[in-house]
Amino acid sequence: MTNPGTFSIPAAHDVRSGHSSLDISHSSFPPQAGGSHVRQVHDSFHGDLLEVSMGPHHPSTHGVFRMIVTLDGETIVKLKPVFGYLHRNHEKLGETVTYLGSMPYTDRLDYLSSMTNNWAYALAVEKLAGQAVPERAEYVRVILAELTRLLNHTCLAGFLMQDCGCSGTPLMYAFREREYILDLFESLSGSRMMCNYQRFGGCRVDPSADWLAGAQKLTDRYGAFLDEFETLLTGNEIIMARTQGVGKLSPALAISAGVTGPMLRACGVNYDLRKVDAYGVYPRFDFRVPLGDHGDVYDRYMIRVLEMRESIKILQQALAGLPAGPIMDPKAKLRSFRPKAGEAYGRIEGPKGEIGFYLLSDGSPNPYRYRIRPPSFINLTILEDMCLGHTVADAVIILGSVDIVLGEVDR
Amino acid sequence: MESPEQIRDRILVRFPGAEITVVTNPGLSAQHSLLLSPPLRLSAAPSSFSSHARAIAEFLRDDPTLQLDQCSNVTGIDWPEKEIVETTKVSTPDPANPAGPPKVVEQKTKRFQPGYLEVVYHLYSIAQRHGPVILRLRTGNRTDQASVPSLTPVWRSCEFQEREVFDLFGVKFDGHPDLRRILMWDEFKDHPMRRDYVEPDDYEWEPTPHGTVLEKAKAHYPSPPAVATPPAANAP
Repeated sequence: MTNPGTFSIPAAHDVRSGHSSLDISHSSFPPQAGGSHVRQVHDSFHGDLLEVSMGPHHPSTHGVFRMIVTLDGETIVKLKPVFGYLHRNHEKLGETVTYLGSMPYTDRLDYLSSMTNNWAYALAVEKLAGQAVPERAEYVRVILAELTRLLNHTCLAGFLMQDCGCSGTPLMYAFREREYILDLFESLSGSRMMCNYQRFGGCRVDPSADWLAGAQKLTDRYGAFLDEFETLLTGNEIIMARTQGVGKLSPALAISAGVTGPMLRACGVNYDLRKVDAYGVYPRFDFRVPLGDHGDVYDRYMIRVLEMRESIKILQQALAGLPAGPIMDPKAKLRSFRPKAGEAYGRIEGPKGEIGFYLLSDGSPNPYRYRIRPPSFINLTILEDMCLGHTVADAVIILGSVDIVLGEVDR
Repeated sequence: MESPEQIRDRILVRFPGAEITVVTNPGLSAQHSLLLSPPLRLSAAPSSFSSHARAIAEFLRDDPTLQLDQCSNVTGIDWPEKEIVETTKVSTPDPANPAGPPKVVEQKTKRFQPGYLEVVYHLYSIAQRHGPVILRLRTGNRTDQASVPSLTPVWRSCEFQEREVFDLFGVKFDGHPDLRRILMWDEFKDHPMRRDYVEPDDYEWEPTPHGTVLEKAKAHYPSPPAVATPPAANAP
């Protein structure tokens, strides 16, 4: 300090600006009356667009997913999703193995909801081969599908809150409940996530009375967990400010873009395959289809919470009405299974949307064509439309509200 | 819902000269489909078939009784060239005994069924809650005429799925706004879902190569020079 008089810190030093207020004399902004001042904005970048590659190793992308985002300031003007990092040509694999051989591979599609993937595939093959399913197996399938829905929606709500910035607590609450459901899956099928449980014409093992008692116990107390979760989140002012009006989707665009599942219903379109197709034994159960109003991120969160409440209702009815009987159709053929030549498209309402399988048989043991309709892949079609005009931080929660699993997007 | 035959007849009333045939599904699911081909009177330019196919698709979408507002699933199927041997019985008069009964000779005819790529659209109606109506488009062949009209301008959900069919099957979609590879990387050359796709046998990057892969990879590398093994010191 050669000249301490010049560099002495005056009383009105503004910590936020990071500069000594001596600089003010060179700034075009004069000091404000209160002593604070606005730092001059260096605006020579104005009008230039910045291209940012988000991902594939970004924690908010739920896997290896990349978004090439073009930014004007912090506003998104263009967004191109890039994926395929997990691509293993699942459909080609399906053509090289027998029909039953593909069943374990379907677990790896959307690895959060392997039970519904199994069911969708079994349903398509049963349609192709004209295979009947015993009533007990239909009930067990409904129980497992609704447990999967609880699992998936709970996780999604936790992940979405993580994306919003509520780091840790909601996700850990969600994961705690998820483990209880996974314990049930493990004791039934032998595996937590890769269940490989459904078969053509029924299910692999019969759930024991102990298992059913466990499922009943979980169903009875899940409502209390949801109450706790909702007390924490649903009315939370910060979450409402963060998610309401973000990522709005119009019903017309949602229908045209093939959006299905909770995302479609959050726009107010009443379309639930459990009601429309009435597959399995769903027509016997009394439940409602929750609908959103605005089609924004908050509605998508809320729809999932409401769907979980309806799932609990279905579970109560299915567990109470579970009939006795065989779990597999005695006429079902497991070995040398060759469906007649023809094609079939079967679909169910998975937790993420319409999951369908298109199968083309030429009478051989392997399918000639094996195609999966992946709901989270198709729901990504309108990601750009939802993100335009929002900030990068909003794009993160919009992507979180779409509910993607890259194992299914990339196949 | 209307049967595929009824839908075909109504399309023919609206678009006279359209080439629409009902493809019967022999299987138990009884999901029959409609095959849309380029009309004969149209010129061979692909753009004229594109606008024609798109007009029919818009009719299916906007018709008040059908209202097929959702295109749920788009997929490709590869049908390679096939040699078909047909056996026919031909009766010819016996040269040795012209008055006698004719001689029945079995004749084998071979014909090549040309290959093509097929794109299948599963259409549903959310407004009317019915479906599926299955629409099929076929390419001329599997090489230079492998293109079909894109239906992305009609149903937005086709955008990524048609890109996937382009990527994996090599079907070009005329009028697609952004036809790029989607699952494979941009520099990839072939189309892996075709039936005659041959996987590369050079797997030097594979972390844990197994026997057959190593065997195939050997063709790409010169054999190592022979090393004279020294005799064991304490050989008997």
